[in-house]
Formats: sequence, structure tokens, C-alpha cells
Amino acid sequence: MITSDETRNISIAVVLLALAACLPWIGGPYALTIGVTIVMFTALSTSWALFSGPTHYISLATAAFFGVGSYVTAIGIGFLPYWALLPIAGVIGAILAALVGLATLRLSGVYFVIFTLGLAELVRQLITYGQNKSGTKGLYVLTNINETMIYWQLLGLCALVYLAGWLIGRSRLGFALRIIGDDEQVAKHSGINTAAAKIMLFMVSGAVAAIVGAMLAPRYVYIEPAIAFTPMLSFQVVIMALLGGTGRLWGPVVGVIPFTFLWEAISVSFPNQTTLLLGVCFLLIVYLLPKGFVGLLQAIQRRSREALS
Amino acid sequence: MKRRSILKLAAAVAVAGTLAAPVAAQETLKIGAVAPKTGPLAGGAVVTYWPNVQLWAHDVNERGGLDVGGTKYMIEIIEYDDQTNPAETIKAVQRLMTQDGADFVLPPYSTGLNLAAAPIYQQFGLPMVTSTATTDQIEDLSQQFPNIFITLGGSKPITQSLAGVLSEIRDNGDIGNRIAMVNVADAFGIELAEAARPAFEEAGFEIVYDTSYPLGTQDLSPVVKGAKESNPDAFIAFSYPPDTFGLTEQAMIEGLNTKVFFTAVATAFPAYAGAFGDAANGVMGIGGVNQADPDFQEYAARHEEVTGNKPDYWASAMVYSSFQVLEKAIEGTGSLDKAAIVQYIKDNAFDTVIGELDFDENNNNSSFWTVGQWQDGQFKGIASTGREGAVDPILKDGWE
Amino acid sequence: MDIIITGLLLGGTYALIAIGLNLQYGMARIMNLANGELLVAGGFAAFWFYTAGQVSPLLTIFVVAPLAFVANWLIYVVVLRPLVKRAKNRGQLEVDSILTTFGISFISVGLMLAVFGGNYFKYSYLATPVEIFGATYGSNRVTAFVVAAIISAVLLLWLHLSRTGMAIRAISVAPNSARLVGINVPQLAAIAFALGGAVTAVGGSVVSTFLTLDASTGVIFTLKALIIVIMGGVGDVRGTIIAALLLGILETFVARVIDPGLTLAAAYLVFVLILLFRPQGLFGQAQT
Repeated sequence: MITSDETRNISIAVVLLALAACLPWIGGPYALTIGVTIVMFTALSTSWALFSGPTHYISLATAAFFGVGSYVTAIGIGFLPYWALLPIAGVIGAILAALVGLATLRLSGVYFVIFTLGLAELVRQLITYGQNKSGTKGLYVLTNINETMIYWQLLGLCALVYLAGWLIGRSRLGFALRIIGDDEQVAKHSGINTAAAKIMLFMVSGAVAAIVGAMLAPRYVYIEPAIAFTPMLSFQVVIMALLGGTGRLWGPVVGVIPFTFLWEAISVSFPNQTTLLLGVCFLLIVYLLPKGFVGLLQAIQRRSREALS
Repeated sequence: MKRRSILKLAAAVAVAGTLAAPVAAQETLKIGAVAPKTGPLAGGAVVTYWPNVQLWAHDVNERGGLDVGGTKYMIEIIEYDDQTNPAETIKAVQRLMTQDGADFVLPPYSTGLNLAAAPIYQQFGLPMVTSTATTDQIEDLSQQFPNIFITLGGSKPITQSLAGVLSEIRDNGDIGNRIAMVNVADAFGIELAEAARPAFEEAGFEIVYDTSYPLGTQDLSPVVKGAKESNPDAFIAFSYPPDTFGLTEQAMIEGLNTKVFFTAVATAFPAYAGAFGDAANGVMGIGGVNQADPDFQEYAARHEEVTGNKPDYWASAMVYSSFQVLEKAIEGTGSLDKAAIVQYIKDNAFDTVIGELDFDENNNNSSFWTVGQWQDGQFKGIASTGREGAVDPILKDGWE
Repeated sequence: MDIIITGLLLGGTYALIAIGLNLQYGMARIMNLANGELLVAGGFAAFWFYTAGQVSPLLTIFVVAPLAFVANWLIYVVVLRPLVKRAKNRGQLEVDSILTTFGISFISVGLMLAVFGGNYFKYSYLATPVEIFGATYGSNRVTAFVVAAIISAVLLLWLHLSRTGMAIRAISVAPNSARLVGINVPQLAAIAFALGGAVTAVGGSVVSTFLTLDASTGVIFTLKALIIVIMGGVGDVRGTIIAALLLGILETFVARVIDPGLTLAAAYLVFVLILLFRPQGLFGQAQT
């Protein structure tokens, strides 16, 4: 059963999606580039939040999955049609996530963070080792895919992520996750297989990140390990998701949009200080916005409700 | 770092200076420049790219500006840091062309960033005379991006030259057949190693040690020890700046005393001689310049005077020369019509600080320096694919 | 034999780096991910003193240590202690401290970039060969090892023999009980954190004599330090030292015998194996 609240939410989402799809026609090329950035990070942050929101595990592995996805396109474009590469990237991302999850998710969150921190670097080194041995080098991705097509693909992916998030929320898995998020011990004692739940979600975020990477490879034309595995990416995704708030499905996008513009403004005027900005944002989130904008909104709503009663 | 104020000041001074003479109204040409100031490649860009941007704008404005069909245009440079991130490079070029109203954009720094930006340059019809992109696939590239020009060559010619240099030394009886080669496991390093193996074997050498190490390896002593154990006549390292320095230092410590010692990138940086002093004598690296050429000497002197730093001896001069190509093409066509300028570049040869630059039907400049060597405190070109002024190589004699 | 000695030399330097983190994580309970940046800052200081005034890094240590101590103490008291007070459970504190120290790490990198620029920096100090058992090693590495050994030994003795040291170890083992016997936990945690910072910064100064650093190389060091701390057992400095030496030997072995490209992979493999089979590390107590 779908409640009327949910119908309203879905309608709003569909309208927004349709509006967003019109961007290539109403905006100029610069707006389109910003649009691609926003949509890319929305897909990444929302899928990140699907996992890290309920479990409170901070994954920094996004860059690793993204890089793997880029390489799938870069290597595969010579053999397979582009459309076949996207699901392959997703599957590989999911497998990688499953491996990482099996190894680390049964333990405390700190070990998980550390592991994912170095994962991108590890995957990068393994790939360069493989490249070295097999003889392929920096890979050229010469295609006819332009920015508008990339934008629409990413937008479509976002829609899928939202759909997935919504379905998970309504399913038994989502129910289990809410309990895990509140108190993992209780969840375990209730018979919920916490490890399996966490791993499944992690696989979703891994698959999405890999697909995003695969979609973006044509934009960069030349894929080499340093380009595919930018460590900043993981941190940016974390900040945007946390800034927006992981309590709601639409939380991350609320963080993505202002952060993208802020990042743009800083890149333009104080290019040396983007790292500084990142650091300040982290502190901001911890001290002022622990639940992100979503949390802020909920606090305001609560206070106004109390004021009214 | 204020991106416009310094150069605006220079432009203003130049303008003020020329106002004394009767001259047509001063127009300005906005030219964008996007390259790393932070991130992994910042170290290289800061040495090779940014000073030349500053120098070039200074030189042109000093002369009164670009002469476009009779009207003088002063150059105003708009700088952006792309943080060694291709996504930022793309955004910055977009921003320059759509928000900042730039007329031209100088090409970015490094193969990866140049290629990422190529589609955007293509979209805007901008001439893209690259100077820090190395590729062996120029035909495919110029097919996809007809406005792109490559000046610095690719791994195959570099390794062919190197094999040639080594063969010559061996045929003189100065060294034997044994080569120890190592490479940094990153795109360019891998590419060079891949091209080198067949080149060395074809020239009759025996590769007695062949290994790679990840970028950012802090401890290179296993690599050097392994190389030494294989008793080589020549040590060839396809390395990046941090490991170029690291390997040299390790070799000094381990006493790896081959008569030929080659480290790839950054050997041609003034900082290399700065770090190792006399011990650097005889070390070979990618690049080279004709130190005896008065054009180069004058360029180097100006570089130091205007920017406060010496140029490097591989790409610096090429970067400046590529800017000169743009400058002369604009002046040569007498207009700001991008398509005409691109055609002009294809059709003509240019006289620059590195010598003559001419592009073939694949938009490739086929003559560039490949191997250079430190000799008596100067990094001199010893091999090239058609540049004049190569000197003979010397043998390395220990590390004193 | 050669491999073992090279590995030990490497491991010795790793030990210094990791001990600092262990003091902060094991004893002050803060996972300080800005650890690597602290190290780079120490290295910068040494570089600066050496190139500006030819001051030996071994002397710079005496300037770096107290400065780092004070700076870290301030950071703990001002930035981190509110988190400790606010945290409802240990998991929450960990998440908060991870995010906060990331923030600090990025701010540090940003500041260092602003001050020093993006360049690599390297200087040649004691880059002369020294012979041990027939093979040559850099004397800068040997010196680094000796300094690391001395500092580790001093620390160990202090932790086990002095009252403050024993109190600090008590906090790491059982913080609640420690309070009951009159130990001023907040104050000692601050001291442990500050001390950890000082050790790391000194480690950075020492390491900079033979490694090339730049503003963004901190992360790799943080990673290795974390792997070592967890391998050796959180809270126990002896474990850290042994784990560091083992890691050094392992990495050297893999680099020489298998392939230099797989050192990080090897370290990760060991990390994963330990997490799966002995998560408390070699010397640690089982997590409650």
C-alpha cells in the first residue's frame, strides 16, 4: 500500500526529475558542466547514505569503486559496446564491496574506516601492477558520448538510486536496518543477520559508485590510475552526504547542491584553499550539524510543533 | 595568489609606457591558463608551466602587445588551479570560455589533463598547441581532435633515442651489454618501459634486471640493491620526480657505479643539480636543450630575471615555444578567427626559442629533444629526433 | 640477512610513527587521522631549519617536540575534549573523532600548502654509506633507527616505571576503574594525546632525512601507522614496536623477492588476516 504522503512525495520527485532533465536545453554549457557535477555527486552520496546512514559506518571506498568502474569502461570499450559495460561495472563494484564487507564489516567501525581509507590506493596499486605486467598503459577512451548524454545517464542513475532507496525503506531489509541503526545489539538479539544486511547495502553503494565511474570515463578521455582514483572524491561524497543529512532519502542532494556551488566559488577565488574548505566543513558538520540539514529541519519542525501546542 | 593583479599591473605599466608614443587604442585579449597549483603534479607545473605563462605574457606586453591586423592587444592572463583533477580542468575551461569571456585558453599541463580537456577545446574551436603531453597515438588523437597539436613527442621516440645513445657508447667499447632497468608503475613510466624493452633488445642489449615500483614508494633501497646485484653496465630508470631523487641518492649510498646512469623525469630540473651538485655530473635524463644556442641562453636569462627561477631543461622551453606558436599564428593571420589560426598553425613553421617548430599532417612536431645529460653543471641535449646542437655523451665516473 | 637488516631499519622508523598514534588512540582514545600531517609538519620543520640554517635535524627535534606537544595538547583540550564529553558511547566518539581529525588533517594540509606550496622537499643529510655485516646502508637510515630505538626505549621505561606513565596505561586498559582510584582521566588523556603528537612530529623530522615528502604525503603514513597499531594491539607500545619491525621486514621482503609494486597489498593482506583471526592484535586485550 502506498500512503497519500508517499504519493505526494513520489509526484514531487517525478516533477523535479523532469525539470532536471531539461537542463541541457535551458542552460548553457557551463551550467551543464555544473549539472553533471551535481548529478554525479547526488548519485554517489545518496547511495553512500543508503549504507552509511543506518549503519553509521563511514565508508571512504567510493574512490576505489569509482576508479574500478572507470577502468571497466577504459579497458572494455575496445571490446564491448558501451551499454554492456555499465552493468559489468556495477557487478564488479558489487563484488569488490562484498569482499571488503566480508573482511571488515563484522568488526568495529574504526577498522572499517581505516580499511576503506587505503582501499583506493590499494586498488590503484594493484591495477598499475597489472598494467605493468600486461603491458597496457594509460588508456584512451575516444567516443562520441557528449556531456548531455552523460548528464542524462547520471540523472537516470539517480532516479534508480532513489527508487532503490525507497523500496529498501519499505522492505524487510529497511526495517532491519532501522533497528540496526538504533541499536545493533538489539538487532542481533532479535535474530536479524546484521552482517548480511550491512554487506548487501554496501554492495549497492559499491555498484552505484562503479557505474558512475564507468559513465564518467568518456568525459576524461584518458584514463590513468592517478586520474581514476582521486582520493578527494571519497571525502567530498562523505561531506555532502553528512551535510545534507542521512536521515532522509533526499538528505544528500540537499548537501550536494550548496556544497558544489561553494566548492566552485572557492576553486575560482582561492584555488589553493579547497583542501582547507574541506577541513572546515568536516569540523562544521561535527560541531554544528551532526545530523546535517535534514536534522536541522527536523529540529525546527519539532520546535515549531512544540511552540504551537 | 591573486590571479590577475600582477599581470594587470604589468599590462598597465606597459600600457602607460606606450601611451607616450602615438598609437592606436589599447585593446586587451583575455587568455586563460589552467594547470595544477596543488595536487600531485603541482610540483612539476610550478617549475615548468606557470613561470612560462608569466614570462610569455610579460614578453608580449613588453613589446606593446599582440599585433592583430594593425590593432595592438595587450594580454591579460586569467589563471585557474585545476588541482591535478581533470574534472576541475574541464570546469575551468568551461568557465573561462562562458563566464570569463576568454578569447583563447592555453593548453593544460600533463598528458592526462590535456586529453581530458581536449573535447572542450574542440567544442569551442580553440587551437590547442600542447607542450607537456606525450603520446604515441597522435594519429588517433588528431583524428578525434583536429585542433590539437603535439610537440613533446612520445615514449617510442624517446626510448629509441636512448637505445641509440647506449648503442653508440657500447660500440665505442666503453660499456658492455648489460642493462638494469626499473620503472615507476604509473602511466608514463609504464609506457616508457614498454617501449624500451624491444628497443633495447633490438639494439643487442641484455636486460639483466627489470622491475617496477609503485608511485610514492618511499623506500627504494631494495630496487637499487637488486639492480646492483645484477652487475649492470647501464642503469636506466623510468622514474618520476620523487623517485628520480630517491634513486639517485640510493645509488650514491649503495655505490651503484655504472658508467651510464639515467633517471627519466626531473633530471632536467635545476633542482636536481641543486640537490646533488658535482655528483650529478654524467647523469642522463629525458629532455635536453642546446645550451650553446643564443636564443635559448637569452630565454633562460629572461626566465630567471622575470620569474625568479631557472627554467627546466626539458619542457620549459617547449612550453614557452608553444605559446610563441599561438602568438605568431595570431599575428600571422591578422585576426582572432580561431579556425583560421588553427589552419595557419598547420600550414606554417615557427621560429621559437627551442628552434624551428613544424607540424606534420598528424599535427605532430616530430623533432624534439629526447635525451640530455648533466655535463659540468649544465644539462645538455645529447640526442633528439632532429634538433640541432646535440653534444657527445660523457661517461659517468663514480659519484664524487 | 641483508633483507632483515634493511627491514629492521625501515621498521624502526615506522615504529616511531606508529607509537605516536598508539598513544593517541590507545590511551587518549582518539583515532587521530591527522597523524600523518603531523609527521609531515615535523618533516617540514626539519627541512626548514636545515636549509635555512644548516641545523641538523637531530637538534631540530628538541624544538619540534615541545612545540608539537603544546599544539596537540591545545587541540585535544579545545577541539576534542567536547566530543569526549558529548559522546554517549565509544562508537559515537570514534565516528566524531574520525570526522574531526579528518577536518584537522585537511586544514593542516591546506595551511601547509599555503605556507610551503605544493612542491616536494628533500634535503640530503648523512646520505653516506655505512657498512654493516658486509652490506651498505645509508647512515641517515641507521641514525633514524638509532633515534627511534632510543625514543622508544625511553618511552617504554617511562610508561612502565613512572607514576604518570603507569596512570596513562591504566586509562587505556580500564578508564572507568582508573577514575575510581583517583586518576585524573581527562588531564592524563590530554597529556597522552599531546605526547603522542610530539613523538609523531619528532618521527617526521627524523624520517625527512631520507624520504621525500610534500604537503599531501601524510595520508600514506597515517595508513601505515594505523595498520601497525592495530597489528600490534591497541594500547600497548611494545606491540607497536614489534609490529612495526615486522612490517618493515615484510615490506622489504616483498619488495626484493616478489615485486616492489605489491608492498601495500602485502601490508593490507596482513591487516586483513589479523582482523579476521586476531582482531586484538598481537599484544592487545580482547575488545569488550
